[in-house]
Amino acid sequence: MRLQCPICGARDVREFYYQGAAVMLERPDPDAGEAAWDDYLHLRDNPAGEHAELWSHDAGCGAWLKVRRNTATHEVYSAVLTREVKR
Amino acid sequence: MRVAGKGLIDRTQEVKFRFDDTLYRGFEGDTLASALLANDVRLVARSFKYHRPRGILTAGSEEPNALVTVGSGAATDPNVRATVQEIYSGLEARSQNAWPSVAWDAMAINDLAAPFLGAGFYYKTFMWPRAFWEKLYEPVIRRAAGLGAVGPVKDADHYEKAYAFCDLLVIGAGPAGLMAALVAARSGAEVILADEDARMGGRLNAETLRVDGQNGSDWAASVIAELDAMDNVRLMSRTTVTGAYDGGTYGALERVSHHCDIPYGGVKETFWRIVAGRSVLAAGAIERHIAFRNNDRPGIMAASAVRAYLNRWGVSPGKAVTVFANNDDAHRTAADLVEAGVHVAAVIDSRIDAVAQGDYRLIAGATVTGSGGRKGLESISIATQSGSEKIMTDCLGVSGGWNPTVHMTCHMNGRPTWSEDIASFVPTPGSVSGMHVAGACNGVFSTAGCLAAGADAARVALREMKMSVADVDLPEADDSAYAISPLWAVPGKGRAWLDFQNDVTVKDVKQAAQENFASVEHMKRYTTQGMATDQGKNSNVAALAVLADATGRGIPETGTTTFRPPFTPVALAALGAGAQAKGFAPERKTTSHAATIAADAPMIEAGLWYRPSYFPIAGETNWRQSCDREIGYVRNTVGVCDVSTLGKIDIQGPDAAKLLDFVYTNMFSTLKVGRVRYGLMLREDGCVMDDGTTARLGENHYVMTTTTAAAGQVMRHLEFVTQALHPEWDARIMSVTEQWAQFAVAGPEARDLLNGLLDAPIDNEDWPFMACGEVGVQGIKGRLFRISFSGEHAYELAVPSRYGDALFHLLRARAEAIGGGPYGMEALNVLRIEKGFITHAEIDGRVNAHDIGMARMLSPKKDFIGKTMAARPGLTEEGRGQLVGMKPVGTVKQLTAGAHIYTDGAEPVRANDEGYVTSVGFSPTLGHFVGLGFIRDGLARHGEVLQMVDHLRGVATQVEICDPVFFDPEGGRTRG
Amino acid sequence: MAKLIAKTPLDGMAVLTIGTVSIEEVDLGVLTSVAPYVDQASDAGAALKSAHGMAWPAPNRATGKEGARAIWFGRDMVLLAGPAPDASLATHAALTDQSDAWCAVQVSGAGAEDVLARLVPVDVGFARFKRGHTARTQIQHMNGSVTRVGTDTFVLMVFRSMAGTLLHDLRRAMESVAARG
Repeated sequence: MRLQCPICGARDVREFYYQGAAVMLERPDPDAGEAAWDDYLHLRDNPAGEHAELWSHDAGCGAWLKVRRNTATHEVYSAVLTREVKR
Repeated sequence: MRVAGKGLIDRTQEVKFRFDDTLYRGFEGDTLASALLANDVRLVARSFKYHRPRGILTAGSEEPNALVTVGSGAATDPNVRATVQEIYSGLEARSQNAWPSVAWDAMAINDLAAPFLGAGFYYKTFMWPRAFWEKLYEPVIRRAAGLGAVGPVKDADHYEKAYAFCDLLVIGAGPAGLMAALVAARSGAEVILADEDARMGGRLNAETLRVDGQNGSDWAASVIAELDAMDNVRLMSRTTVTGAYDGGTYGALERVSHHCDIPYGGVKETFWRIVAGRSVLAAGAIERHIAFRNNDRPGIMAASAVRAYLNRWGVSPGKAVTVFANNDDAHRTAADLVEAGVHVAAVIDSRIDAVAQGDYRLIAGATVTGSGGRKGLESISIATQSGSEKIMTDCLGVSGGWNPTVHMTCHMNGRPTWSEDIASFVPTPGSVSGMHVAGACNGVFSTAGCLAAGADAARVALREMKMSVADVDLPEADDSAYAISPLWAVPGKGRAWLDFQNDVTVKDVKQAAQENFASVEHMKRYTTQGMATDQGKNSNVAALAVLADATGRGIPETGTTTFRPPFTPVALAALGAGAQAKGFAPERKTTSHAATIAADAPMIEAGLWYRPSYFPIAGETNWRQSCDREIGYVRNTVGVCDVSTLGKIDIQGPDAAKLLDFVYTNMFSTLKVGRVRYGLMLREDGCVMDDGTTARLGENHYVMTTTTAAAGQVMRHLEFVTQALHPEWDARIMSVTEQWAQFAVAGPEARDLLNGLLDAPIDNEDWPFMACGEVGVQGIKGRLFRISFSGEHAYELAVPSRYGDALFHLLRARAEAIGGGPYGMEALNVLRIEKGFITHAEIDGRVNAHDIGMARMLSPKKDFIGKTMAARPGLTEEGRGQLVGMKPVGTVKQLTAGAHIYTDGAEPVRANDEGYVTSVGFSPTLGHFVGLGFIRDGLARHGEVLQMVDHLRGVATQVEICDPVFFDPEGGRTRG
Repeated sequence: MAKLIAKTPLDGMAVLTIGTVSIEEVDLGVLTSVAPYVDQASDAGAALKSAHGMAWPAPNRATGKEGARAIWFGRDMVLLAGPAPDASLATHAALTDQSDAWCAVQVSGAGAEDVLARLVPVDVGFARFKRGHTARTQIQHMNGSVTRVGTDTFVLMVFRSMAGTLLHDLRRAMESVAARG
């Protein structure tokens, strides 16, 4: 699989570290309550299809990326810098 | 036998080689198969299950029968297809799966037992009694199983991996592939043309067809010469593209040195990862067999292979050849043989309307019903419209039609589509993103059709990449139609073979269906149809046609088994190339590495780093003596230890303090410049990630240390926080681990030692415990941190790495001059256990701040990573393991890490488990073993005596639970 | 006063030539990572230009010439190689001395691309990776930096501690390329 790093261009997946669902970008407030934190840390969808994920370009520029990808076909729809993700 | 005037071999270059210890002669350009056939060697192998005599079936990589072992000793290469192996002077090959010899094989007894060994035999027979499995069945089966045998010693050959990139990858260099490559190359695209053969050209080298008014093989050679001269083209012969992967990535195996002795420094194989903007699959087609009774006798071959041996290698596999076919294409074999002067006894065509294409006897509307001969074909029996006949023949070319090589189009979940026109499967368009399929592998079987399809595919691919397309004229070529009438198996009694490699018969497939293994995937596993090295390339389609018939379904409904990479076998050595021995992982060496090795210190691996265990001196006979002595240095005089492997992260910027407050549980914004603080870092789930000290070098400048093991993880974590959670914070992070060589100088004499080195002396007032700052070391700018991992008066001194080796020598010499010296990881570990300091043996990813007695470090004044979840009931409630010290109080005076703790007197089983031991060491300071571990509610249980049991090592003793700080609990020595 | 003797990562290795390819350890001078603070990239670029005469390199590019280069070194980071950094840079960027953190090896010769093709998972062919192009990528199993500084010349950088592994991996690849003739 290849990921289009917004900085380095298309690179082999071996250069990237996989973190997991992009949910990790949405850190709840400290007092958001147990349910919100449980959701944030533990509860994950497992879609056969489009999935938003976090990857780090460890062996390249070091950027953290939010990647939209199809888990069934491995098609990569987009990869953007996490710092540019609107929140 | 050789046929005069035929073939693309170089008859001026004789090559001598050995097969089964017999010397043979061939010519440059021969494969092992063609050379053996030229020498009239027909019996080359025994089949896997029944050990039936087998000969060469094909002329390509799909060969199921002629598997040989090449070389011996450390260069043993099993399961080499004789049809692919080029001969070279000195080649030594042997037959496999036969003992004592391929002609007299003891295991041929299996063939007599065949009525008992049908489909599902293993599943049905070796069921019970259960105890027989390990003792009897498995050893016997294992001895009989497997194709070939790996060498007796480690493979000494080198393999490598490599990367290649191009606009267009063309897979296969037959007419379609050559045209595709030519169009793309002339258009200026970067092209890779890969073909598994040593000689590109595909079927053009095996046929007598003409292209552009010249011999097909000559036309191919001229195109290849043109491509070879172009800078934007890379020709990769002997290279099999083995798999299609995501994102335009392809795997390809290049057989670099199978056709010669490996030159010095050279490699046997290269596994390429090719990244292509687009690809054209022009992989051709594979001729299939027709099942009939005893259709596996040596001398019975694919009709196209008979033709290939004649036209490319100048060999006729027989003196009186017959052909059995259901299509027009196979008639070329008879026509070419007649043309070359070889006797063709008859062509048997199952189609009643078949027409002869040359001067040979055609028996239309007939089938071959059986074969005769001992270890090779002598005769065939045929059923004609009027009756039956026996024909004497020593070679039968069989053609059941052609199967497009759809494999690669199915590597990413694609399924092929059934085509009635050619009675075979063709690729489903769009199966692999970016791949265009052209020529015979797309069901186009005329030369003209292939040339046009190749050019078209290249044009489409180039346009998709928005590249210009050059005008290239199509050469003139044969455009005859492909006429076929399906025939899978000739009805009749006896064993009719489908899968030659795995000895699967028509009857086996029918039996699978009867026993309700009716899905094609179940049938495959029940019968072993299509397994092993050839993956059923000749036989799968016929087998599923038989299955479709037996289950009353159509072939499209029956479907195919799953095509997976690799297309042909790839040695694990090639896949793992470059990772043998020192290539397995980088070695990270500190600047004191050479001096440490010179001191005979055994090294241990810490992640990728190498660190000394201990530094032995003359007279010491075991590591404990060295370790105890080194601990004595630190406790009594001074010890020196390289701590450069700890992660060091430079953090700068207006928001550096904010960042640290967020990633550590305790406060760093309040840390004074010139001071160091111990910090605890949690994961967001509330468990401890890492710990370490962070120094404040300036208002907006900190340097953090991490443990050696977690350096990478912490760096990535900090990047995540600054790039993903708080991109608005202005803080910059940079690893400086490698910039600084850092040494611990620990012990009562530490300051005295340093004051002999530093440009300006230090004292306790200016440099109290946890002070830090810049110092001059022999005129070099360094950093000094007064921190201690031993509980002694200690410092860590850092200099730029280029001076690390020199500083280590100097520190060591100075230490030794006052009765101290270097210490290694063993001593370091005992020193920290004596003080109750934790490492990742304790913070193993499951413990939280409460568990290690650091709840007070969870600052209530701020939010930090892990804060919320660290407060959840499950992490704070009673009953959790808490960090304690342990000392042995039973008759056995030893503690072992990993041992479990049980209530004294209780049975040492899981239900009575009270905790476990994480770290132990013998403390020469205290004169007994000391240990750390986690005991349920351990903080409140100091003084209790429990039993320690190490079930693995068989050690049991009683332990007293105590405070984890064994030595100098007041910390006076650290501050002194 | 005992003088501390400096050692380079490969400790002054001799030039190694196998086939058409040579490798040698190179001293790039003072190495400083320059990481602009938030919204200060253009100011840092201007400071680099006026103080050191080099343009701020775009991602995957290097500017300057032998003895003084600015090599793009990762997200929001440039490695100034050669001169000591001018103080004006520190106003706009975090500066970190990296002079001792990296091992730099120059790979040169007709087969240099072929050697790199065995170690580096990005396209270093001349058509797409020209003089002045750089990449942060892997060199075999190591994270590193690859820069083309000439037609047949590359500079490879890995962490200092892995200098021996870099030498091992390069030598192996050079032997294999040379053996192909």
